[in-house]
Order: sequence, then C-alpha cells, then structure tokens
Amino acid sequence: MNLKSATLQKIDEVIPHYPADQKRSATLPLLHLIQEDVGYIPAEAIEWVAAKLGIQPINVYEVVTFYPMFRQKPIGRRHVKVCRTLSCALMGGYKTCAEFEKQFNTHAGPAEVSPDGEVTVEFVECLASCGTAPVVLIDDELHEKVDCAKAKQLSDQIKAEAKKR
Amino acid sequence: MPAPAQRRIIFQHIDEPGYTNDLACYVKHGGYEILKKSVARPPAEIMDEVKKSGLRGRGGAGFPCGFKWSLVDRKSGKPIYLVVNADESEPGTFKDRYIIHQDPHQLIEGIMITCFANNVKQAYIYIRGEFPHGARILEQAIAEARAAHFCGPNVLGTAYGCEIYVHRGAGAYICGEETGLIESLEGKRPYPRIKPPYFPAVLGLYQCPTIVNNVETLCHVKYIADVGGDAYAKIGTPNNTGTRLLCVSGHVQKPGYYEYEVGKITLGELLYEVCGGPLPGRKFKAVIPGGSSAKILKFGESFTLKNKDGSMRTLTVEDIPMDFDTLAACGTMGGSGGVIVMDDSTDMVAALANINAFYAHESCGQCTPCREGSLWMKKISTRMVHDTARAEDGALLKSVADQIAGRTICAFGEACSWPTQSFIAKFGDEFKAYPEAKKAVKPAGALDLV
Repeated sequence: MNLKSATLQKIDEVIPHYPADQKRSATLPLLHLIQEDVGYIPAEAIEWVAAKLGIQPINVYEVVTFYPMFRQKPIGRRHVKVCRTLSCALMGGYKTCAEFEKQFNTHAGPAEVSPDGEVTVEFVECLASCGTAPVVLIDDELHEKVDCAKAKQLSDQIKAEAKKR
Repeated sequence: MPAPAQRRIIFQHIDEPGYTNDLACYVKHGGYEILKKSVARPPAEIMDEVKKSGLRGRGGAGFPCGFKWSLVDRKSGKPIYLVVNADESEPGTFKDRYIIHQDPHQLIEGIMITCFANNVKQAYIYIRGEFPHGARILEQAIAEARAAHFCGPNVLGTAYGCEIYVHRGAGAYICGEETGLIESLEGKRPYPRIKPPYFPAVLGLYQCPTIVNNVETLCHVKYIADVGGDAYAKIGTPNNTGTRLLCVSGHVQKPGYYEYEVGKITLGELLYEVCGGPLPGRKFKAVIPGGSSAKILKFGESFTLKNKDGSMRTLTVEDIPMDFDTLAACGTMGGSGGVIVMDDSTDMVAALANINAFYAHESCGQCTPCREGSLWMKKISTRMVHDTARAEDGALLKSVADQIAGRTICAFGEACSWPTQSFIAKFGDEFKAYPEAKKAVKPAGALDLV
C-alpha cells in the first residue's frame, strides 16, 4: 500500500480515538483517508486496513460495499453530485442533473465518468440543503439554487480548468 | 392576524453579519459561561433541570430528553458514552447544517454540559459524510475548545475530563437510526439492532450505556442549563416546550429555516405569512410537515379533535399548530421539522415515486419486508409514471406498504410505508385516474420528479 506520509500520520492519529480493544471503529475513518489520498478504495487497501486494525478483510469489504460514498473504482478529476430527492426535484433537480450529463456526455444512473475521464456526474440522495434547492455538491463545495443556467456555468468552469492543465 | 414573531434561541447568531465560527467570537458573545456555571453544580441538578424543562428530542421521535437520560444504566460500572446524532438525513431537514457550520461551539458547549451532567467521559459526533466542511469545522472547534480547557482533560481546572471526537458517516440514511448509527460507529454495516435488548441506554456503543441525542436537542440543553427547566417549560405550549427549528422547502415563495416557540405558529401562518405563500399563479395542494417519512396533509381536509374538557374542535390543515401532539392527533408528525410543500402543479404519483426511490435506495436490507417492500413500492410507482399505469396500482401499493409497517427491526419500516399509505389515503382518486390522466399532454415546464 503506497500512501502519502501525511495520510499515514492521520491514520495513526485517528486510531486512538477509539478504545484500544475497539480498533474496528476506525474502519470508516481509515477508508475516508485512503479514498481522499488514492481517489478510491483499491482491493489492496481492504487487506491493508484489515491488517492495520486486526480484523478480517471481509469486515472491511462489507463496509466498503455498503456505504454509497465508498467506491472501488477511480472517478473523474471532479465529482459532481446532484441531489435527486423530493425538495430538489420539486424545484427542478432532474433538469439540473440532465444539464450536467449533457455538458459532460454522461448518462443518468450511478456514478459515471465522462468519456475524457475528467468528470463524474452522480445523482445522489438528499444533501440536506432543501431550502436552497436544487443543490449540487462539487467535490467538497456545495452550490445552491443550481438551475440549468447555473449548471452550465459551473460546467464551463470545470471545462476551463481542464484546458488550463 | 399577523404570524407571531420568531423566537431565535438556537439560531440567535445564525446569519448574523460579522459572527464567525471560531472560539474568540463565541466567547465574545458570552460563550462557555454556561459551562463554567454548570461544572460548579451537582450533575444531578442539571439532569433535573432538563427533566423539568419538558424538552423533547428534535431528531424525529420527540422522545423526552430528561426521561431518555434517566433510563441510562448507571450501575453497570461500564463507561457511559454520548453519541451526537449529526447525521441529518431526513429529506426536507436542513437545520443542524447551520448550527454545525456557523455556530459549532454552541453545540460543543451543549455536549460538554450534557456529558458533565451524565458523567460521560467520551463523546462522539457522528456527522453525515456529505458535510465534509462541517466535519472539519467541528474538528477545528474541538481543538480550539480543548486548548482553552472547555473540553479534554481537567475541564476548566476541575477533575472532570471528557474528550470529543468527530466520526464521519459515508452516505447512508439508516445511520440516523440510533442503533444503526452505533453499529456504524463500531465500524460495521449500520444494521439496526433489535430492541429489546439493545436499548442504547443499557447496551449501546461497545455494549455500554449510551445516550444518543440530536444536534439541536443538545443546543437546547445548553439553554436550559442557563435559564432553568421551569423557565424553559414556559416557552412554547404544555408538553411541547421550547422553540423548534422549522425548515421549509418546495413550492413556497420564501423557503428557509425559522425558529418558533413550539405550537405558537400554525402551519397556515408559517406557509402563507412567513414563507410568502404559494408561487405566483399557484395554489397549495399538499404538505409533508415533518420530513419525508411523515404522513402527507392535503389542503382542504379537516380534522376533528377532542379538547381536554371533552368538547370537540375542527381544524383545517392551515389551523394546525406546529407542535408534536396536534400533528400526531392529525395522523402525521412533527418529526424532524422538515416541511415540504407541494402546489397544484405537482403530480402526486410522481412525487410518491420520488420518495419511494429514496427509501428503496436507503433500506439497509436487513429485514425482508422492508428490503423487498420498499423496492416494490419504488418499482410500481415508477412504472406508473414511466410505463403502464393501472387503476388498481394504488391499492397494490397500499397492500405492500401495509405489510411492512410493524414488521421490521427499526422504524425505517414505518418511515418507508407512511408516505405510500398517506398518499393513497388522501390522493387515491389521483392514483385511480392516473392511467387516463397521463394520456393528456404535459403542461409546459412540468418537471420530472422521478
């Protein structure tokens, strides 16, 4: 497992947050840290976390496969999560999602990466900002009242970043 | 009559210009003074104040907070844990987000007072994964508070110490269910535990006595420790004390968050006066008053309720006071305070299909009636919208829902069946007429909901 030293340091800091005989509790925090570092949870990470916490790989695997935020495949450079749930849908969330999909040439459904590998568009469940619907989370940044025009504007920004690189 | 004024206790500083989420700003506004006062008191006295206050949990169930604390097993010799439920996931609810992002020290002070009162030495804040900034803000705030001896070892120079750690979820709604949350905190799939025997107060985190409280609830505890239980109980209405954060979303002019004394504002005042009424040219059709699992109310229906003196009163939807008990008497619930409004442009079959898709996605899969039932409710309602609809589909949906509620380990079974049961009960005609109605050309600008 090839993790950044900063990640390894954070991992060693987080394990003692839990009682010494309850290291398994650190499973979610460790997976978050690895996903932030690597971009996804590779198969070897499952073995690595299990060894680190003294549990079986299946204990880690069942966690990775349950929680929607953990992924076993790489995604695009930017991750666009459009809220699908009722309050956002009532204010046009489906149109917003369709606009992002059109902009990046992806298709509705579970997280799919654009053909150029740049952007992943995902239609997710409630992001808990229903008063400013429709909302979109781009990586860690929340964007509020994202209608089609704003979706296009955000997409253009992402495309401009790609060109600069 | 104009709507009553907001009473901002918990949201006193939310959106206040110049108010920042760091320790210095919080202390400048009198922060941690109540903790200072509290650690000089006998813990039992604080517990007593909370009991007297009548505070009811703000996470959804409205369970009396002081009573919850009194159930904690204090004789086992095991450590007692506090787990803060910051998993805010009920669709329509977005109140804790603002406390966490804008006023995190208010929450930390509430946590520390609660921990001191209950002799808790270790607290975990379980925050939903979709609040990455919120988690960082809380970690930063805890570090600041620890450096200033407001938490950590020897709180304010006393012998009492308590650590607080932030634990991030990873996108699963079921982690808001307290025993599912505990399983998740233990590093497992969040399969809720069966009660009995696994009441958190006795067998919670690591099989130790555990208190699970919502973010907003803990902020109220801080206020109660300041003004006292009797004074707090005078706010709001009997058995529905204090203030409550109401989150309004959907088809209104001014969606947003508002804080009112419990039961002092009616649903009609909230929607017409505070939120500015329906969008131009529209009329209100339906409202879900307490998060998406609460049963829907239909504008135009009325409720005949019994008064304390035995006489009867009739309430329209607009007349219902936003408290726990009246909403329950009207067959729904105050839940998490998430009010979702739908106007006359809304296709109720599609709206139900949207909700059903949520619950089908979020069922943990442990209990067969819920795992299978939530999926079938999604499939049937989605088929009605996108494929063939049959006049008897409403009855079919209801029969599925009726076989889930009451047959599952946790309350998710009810949460996923109540929408279907109430939509069919109130809008059954629309479901029956759907095969014909959907042949009509959709009005321009009609939105997809599923």
